[in-house]
Formats: sequence, structure tokens, C-alpha cells
Amino acid sequence: MPPRGERWVRAAERALDRAFGPAANPLRQLGALSFWMLWIVVASGFWIYALYETSVDGAYASVQAMTDRQPLAAGLMRSLHRYASDALIALALLHLLREALLGRFRAFRWFTWVSGVPLLPVAIASGVVGYWMVWDQRAQVIGVVLFEWFAWLPGFGVGLVRNFVDPEAISDRFFSLLAFAHIGLPLLLLLGCWAHLLRLVQPQTQPVRTLAVGSALMLAVLSLAWPARSLPPADLAAWPPQTAIDWFTLGVLPLADIAPRVTWVATSALTLVLLAMPWWPSRRVALPAAVVDPAHCNGCTLCLADCPYGAIQMVPHADGRAGARMARVSAELCAACGICVGACPSATPLRRGAPFATGIDLPQRPLAALRERLDRALETLAPGTARVVVLGCDCAAHLDDGATGAVMLSAPCAANWPPVFVEYALRQGADGVLVTGCPPADCAYRLGARWTERRLAGERRPHLRAQVPRERVRLHWALREDKEGLARALDNFRRELAARTHDQAAQTEH
Amino acid sequence: MPATLLSYAGQALAYALFALAIGVFANWPPYRWLGSDQALLRLSFSHPGKVSTDCRRRTPEELARMQPQMRTPLDCQRERSPVQVRVMLDGRVLVDQSYAPAGLSRDGTSSGYWRAPITAGTHDLAVTLRDDVRPGAPVYERSASLDVKPGQVVLIDFKPDQGGVVIR
Repeated sequence: MPPRGERWVRAAERALDRAFGPAANPLRQLGALSFWMLWIVVASGFWIYALYETSVDGAYASVQAMTDRQPLAAGLMRSLHRYASDALIALALLHLLREALLGRFRAFRWFTWVSGVPLLPVAIASGVVGYWMVWDQRAQVIGVVLFEWFAWLPGFGVGLVRNFVDPEAISDRFFSLLAFAHIGLPLLLLLGCWAHLLRLVQPQTQPVRTLAVGSALMLAVLSLAWPARSLPPADLAAWPPQTAIDWFTLGVLPLADIAPRVTWVATSALTLVLLAMPWWPSRRVALPAAVVDPAHCNGCTLCLADCPYGAIQMVPHADGRAGARMARVSAELCAACGICVGACPSATPLRRGAPFATGIDLPQRPLAALRERLDRALETLAPGTARVVVLGCDCAAHLDDGATGAVMLSAPCAANWPPVFVEYALRQGADGVLVTGCPPADCAYRLGARWTERRLAGERRPHLRAQVPRERVRLHWALREDKEGLARALDNFRRELAARTHDQAAQTEH
Repeated sequence: MPATLLSYAGQALAYALFALAIGVFANWPPYRWLGSDQALLRLSFSHPGKVSTDCRRRTPEELARMQPQMRTPLDCQRERSPVQVRVMLDGRVLVDQSYAPAGLSRDGTSSGYWRAPITAGTHDLAVTLRDDVRPGAPVYERSASLDVKPGQVVLIDFKPDQGGVVIR
């Protein structure tokens, strides 16, 4: 049984699957949606920056004028800017929480995790500076409380707070500095995002179109219904008894106001715990990395193209032939998903005369062993009962033991099965092959389902050969919890196979 | 209801709930910084204390032993006095603190910052500031009777060019 956190995530995903479908489920695209929010923030930010005045007298008035004089233009953009920033922080938090609950922060994922954690405070810091630029009462208390909080850190002192004590200390240059910081911090955020995605091949930075349009419309409706407004202008001779607080961006300030030292300890401890999570002791056993066999690697680069984590490089071939290259696996980057094994054109079980060999293989689950299991499994199926071999993945739905007329074999990922295994199963007597795994939007190894679809459709090498009858091959994605769905898909497939066999028999009689 | 319509309704509900969460928590609940009958008393200053020890005049013998370009007649330490501040409101001591000079050699400016809510109304405020630890050194004092309105900021600063302690 998966850990409790994973079950919570899956339950929430299943609920949203009913409305959005697996491919457009926002919980599976939290990172991409965060990026989308960032682009909305940037685009709306350009608009309102053009109208913003970087001066003591102009800052408040120029922002207020956007809402009052151009409610459907700059005012709308201002509201979009604020709400998209909040949505960015909320989605990034959810993204972090989801990956944590799914345990996706260990081993080969450590760099992506560690580089992702600081992005959240950078996004929040950018939002804080944005609120400052409005120069209303909220900006005033932000300045005081924030720098009072920072004064607890060695090296900061109270000099910064004094800038918000005396009106004479605030000059036009302060607002130029804010504008500079409000552009610089998002640039830093983008740089951090680049690092965050550095170890991912083909990272998804755009949500599916329906989600992009839906979320943008949602923000537009929210902005029109509840436009962002300023509080009364900042007045350093007065202190507002209470202010509205944007809890996404400014949530730490009340805590810092109440207990600054405790807030520092808590936020620092939380950050350190998050950063250290990849190295927490775990019961999960790290799987050994894929291993290249130079004798059977012809340097075709298909594994290089398919590896979702960039764990494969091409190096001069070990046999020393001039110009020849071979794959090399970086063990620290390898997820042991076996997608590279499924991509290797040497991995064919059809050559029965020779010992089974492949250019790249998983030491803990070699393809030769999978072929032996497939051979044995086929022998267990009674003939004449629409016999189906189910090639599945460890992370997705499994059939219950004793499923009628079918035998299921599991690999680390659906894409671990070379397409030629489908052909092999049919040649060895299976009536049909059902390939299953996590849905593409939720592939545990990111690209496995996508590559499997394209390989079976003949769109990505290695192809399922054209001579394989497609009506005897079925692809069905099923989450780990969706056993019933997989069983139904199998039943339907077996019925179709039986009906086809029946029709063919009838035609033969005629 | 057809499944497609139901799924659209589900999407609309999900978007609406998310938008509601964003809209609500971007503005609510407000945070109360002060009670409705409170004002704010603030102390904020940045001032270098006096050099903490008197300069000593070097003897002719001492000067003769020194390199010609180093022969300054006075021997002065760099360390400055901490700035001691005492704030009393209606006879009650709110602040009684010594603010150390900045810098490794303790030769920099002393900076102090403090704030606390006070009840709005009439108050007697008395501030003393000492920037010289040497005996007999002058003490800066200021007292005022204040009628403080709710939400008002009363600022205590130190500006030597304006007579020392300033209450605004």
C-alpha cells in the first residue's frame, strides 16, 4: 500500500480527474501552471510599469489612477498582476507539497528539489516589493515590520527601519530602487527556474491549453469582480490600527510582528528541513543505475533521446573504432526507470538462437529475465480463451491475481518494454497484448507513457513494426488505484479479440 | 445531466473555489496592528557617542621617540561612549537601555529603535539621553505633555542640531 501522503494526493487527483480528465488535471500540472502564472504576472507587470511613477508623490497616485481612471485596462492589469502573483505562490506551494507527499525529492531528484525550494521565498520577496511600490498604509507597515524583523539578523541592525520613521528619509530614489528590485527579483526567479529544470529533459513549462485558458479567464473574472485596490496613502506620522493583508505574500509579517525571533527560527528551520529532505533516511532502496554493454551498443543515441533525466551521454566507443560512439550512464542522474532499455534497438527477444543481449539494461531487472517470465506466463494461459499478455508498469494499476485469460508482467515503466516485446508475445501465441501504465500526464518517470504511445503508433523509434496487427494491440492508461478500469479495459479487449476470432472462423468455414 | 456538462460544471466549480480562495486570502482577514484606542510610541535615533576617554597630551620625550610624521601632540582613543536612553511615560520606565557603538573598535554610530503601543489620551513623556560616559558630562533631557490620538505615532528622535532630544 502506498504511503498515506501519496494516497491523499491520489484521492484529490481522482476527484479532479472527474471534472478535468487525467490529461488536464491541474494537480498534475502545478509546476506548469506556476510558470503560466509567472508569464501573466510578467505581461501585466509590463503594462502597469509603463504607467507607474517612481517618486514619493507619484507612486501612490499613479497606482490609484490605474484603478480609478482605467478600470478595464490598467486597472484590470493591476488586479491580474496581484492575483496571478498570489496564484503563483499558492500553486508553487501546492507543487512543493504534492512532490513531497509523493516522495519525489530523493536520489536522482535531489537537485530539482533543492533548486526548487528557494524559488518560493524569491517569489514571495518579489511580491513584497510589489506591495511596497503602491506606497499605501500597507506598504508603510510592510517596510517597518519587515525591517524590524530583519534587524534581528546579525549585520542588518536598525538602520533600515529608520528609513520608515521619518518622512524626510523617503526619497524618489527609494521608488527607483523598488522598481529595480521588482524587476531584478523576477529575473532571479527565472534564473532559479532554469536551474530547477536543468536536469529534466523536455520539462513541461506550459499547461495544456484548456487549463491555460481556463485559469486566465478565472483570474480575469476575479479581477473584474474584486479589483485590487490601494489602502489610504502612507503617512509616517500615523500607524494604521489594522490593514488588509495578502496572506499569500505577506503572511509572515504578522508572525514577525508578534514573535520576530521565533519566526526567524521557524522559517529557517522549515527551509533547512525542506533542503535536507533528499537525504533523510528512507526505507526505499535506491535502485542501481542502468548499465551499458559496449559489445551491444552501436551508438544509435535512441536512449540518449528518450532518457527523461538527461542521465545518458555519448562517449567514444570502448572498442576504439574511429568515430564510433557509445552510451554512458551517469549513475547519480539515473532513475532506473528502464526507458532507455525500451529504446534500445538491440533489445530484441526475437533472436532466439543467440543469447539475449541488449545495449543497455537494468541490473536489477534485466530484459532477459523479463523474456523468460513472458515465456513462462504464456505457457500458463489456456489456449483458445482470447489470451492476453498485459505489459504494465510498477507505478500504475495491476490486475488482481488470477485474472481470467490474461497474464500481467510488470516493468519499472511501461516504456521499459521495447515495442518488439509486443510482437514477440503475439508470435509466442498471445492473442493480444495490452500495454498499460501511468497516464501521460502522471507518468512517474515523466516521459515514459508519452514515448510508449509514440513508439506503438510508429512515430518514435524504436517503432512497433508495421506488420504487427494493430487490432491485437491495445494501450490503456490506468492509475495505480484504477484496477477496475484496467480490468474493464481487459474484458473489452478480450471480447473484441474473441469476436474477431469468431468472425475469422466463420469466414474460413464459408 | 450528460457527463460532459457535469465535467464542465465540475471545472467551473474548481475554478470558482480556487478564485475564491485567492480573492479572499489576498484581502482577508485583516491584521490588527494596534487596538482601536491605541497609538504608537517610537524611539528611533542614530547618533555617535562622544569619545569615551579624554585625550592625553604626549610628553616631549614621547614625541621625540616617535617618527616625525607621527608626532601628533594628543593621544586619543577611538572608542566612543554608548548612548544611554531612558524613556518614561507617566512616571513608568518604558526604555532604559544602553546602545553600543557600531564597529569592531566601537568607534561607530549608536543606533536605537524601539516601538510599543500606548493608550490614546493624555500622557507625560520624559526622555533622557546620555552620549558621554565621562563623569560630569551633559545629559540631554526633554519632557512633554502629550494628547495622543488613536493611531498617532509619537516619535522620539535625537538631533543635536535641533537641541538634542526631539519629540514629535
